[in-house]
Amino acid sequence: MAEEVILLDYWASMFGMRTRIALEEKGVKYEYREEDLSNKSSLLLEMNPIHKKIPVLIHNGKPICESIVQVEYIDQVWPGTNPILPSDPYQRAQARFWSDYIDKKTSGPCKGLHRETGKKQEAAKMEFIEVLKTLDSELGDKSFFGGNEFGLVDIAFIGFYSWFRTYEVIANFSIVAEYPKLIAWAERCLKRESVAKVLPDSDKVLKSVSDYRKKILGIN
Amino acid sequence: MASDEVKVIGAWASPFVMRPRIALNLKSVSYEFLQETFGSKSELLLKSNPVHKKIPVLIHADKPVCESNIIVEYVDETWSTSGPSMLPSNPYDRAIARFWAAYIDEKWFPSLKSILQAEGEEEKKAVLAQVEEGTALLEKAFIDCSKGKPFFNGEHVGYLDIAFGCFLGWLRVTELAAGHKVLDEAKTPSLSKWAEQFCNDPAVKPVMPDTATLAEFAKKIFAKPAA
Repeated sequence: MAEEVILLDYWASMFGMRTRIALEEKGVKYEYREEDLSNKSSLLLEMNPIHKKIPVLIHNGKPICESIVQVEYIDQVWPGTNPILPSDPYQRAQARFWSDYIDKKTSGPCKGLHRETGKKQEAAKMEFIEVLKTLDSELGDKSFFGGNEFGLVDIAFIGFYSWFRTYEVIANFSIVAEYPKLIAWAERCLKRESVAKVLPDSDKVLKSVSDYRKKILGIN
Repeated sequence: MASDEVKVIGAWASPFVMRPRIALNLKSVSYEFLQETFGSKSELLLKSNPVHKKIPVLIHADKPVCESNIIVEYVDETWSTSGPSMLPSNPYDRAIARFWAAYIDEKWFPSLKSILQAEGEEEKKAVLAQVEEGTALLEKAFIDCSKGKPFFNGEHVGYLDIAFGCFLGWLRVTELAAGHKVLDEAKTPSLSKWAEQFCNDPAVKPVMPDTATLAEFAKKIFAKPAA
């Protein structure tokens, strides 16, 4: 039976990027469908009725929701190439812990940075800086979060790199200068074909978010 | 000196702490239970979980593992030859189990907790409706996942049973406080039956606190300070 893999996604979503990177790492052919988040498709609402969010991975007609769940699924279904999770249970637990940390600790601040102004945006910025500090410390002198190999935590966080310039501009703070280790890590990740192919241009993200903030929040 | 010793840092009343304890029981792994004092955090906890500073923490051969559902998977993978697998082997079913575990933690339990913290009848009613909506989804999820067997995981208690079942004590306390049943034979027949079997499972019984004791504890921690 022919494999049918469809991904419902939004080009700038750092969560959708995770799933795309995982699929590319495994060399899986998939159909990418861009969602208009202000006018969600009936397929999206049917396949993710509970959260109504992207990304949604549809494999042979069956939906898988939640980006980290999707990445683990992809790793399990296509195990041969480029393993995403390590084989040692303790290392796996560490990888899962840090992806979970990223999910728990970034969703609030990223929303705040994107959509808020003034004090609320300041607070979001401070929270995001905490995350950067923690991840910078956790990365340490390793090449990737898991050590020498590109894996789950790298996939979980690399999409945020395409948003760094946007955050720097809209919230007036410095990421690239403050976190050279993280930037070096991101550049290492970008050497991988999957990441280079998937990550959108930082300026494109900045333009899109700036346009949104101009239109919705009236900010120039 | 690292041995193969297993320790769990936790508290008897925490549903999250119950998860690794049930998992270890299912795998017949003995462990030392280090109880935290309510209201304070031990040095060991802060050292073992510096990022979140929360219980439960599993310490295996001096190495800490944090986050309850992640600990359950770790236990399943580390003692894989002991007892049945806690997650389905089929990747799709596994993804579904993980999806529902995340839903329970992110949506269902927070709304359950807010019933006990609700101020006034209107708010309580609104939150109760939310919890019931979520529980109806879980009733359907149970039917889909169990495929006619007694547990979400099939023949045996597994990851999703643990992820959801750990809240049954608190669910009962909340039902008593709100004067309203969320899980019952009429509304959620499959989950009602599952709940009874889950609580009677030998891996669960020793760590599930009884409702009366939990209710007393709830009164203490949710007590409003004197004006």
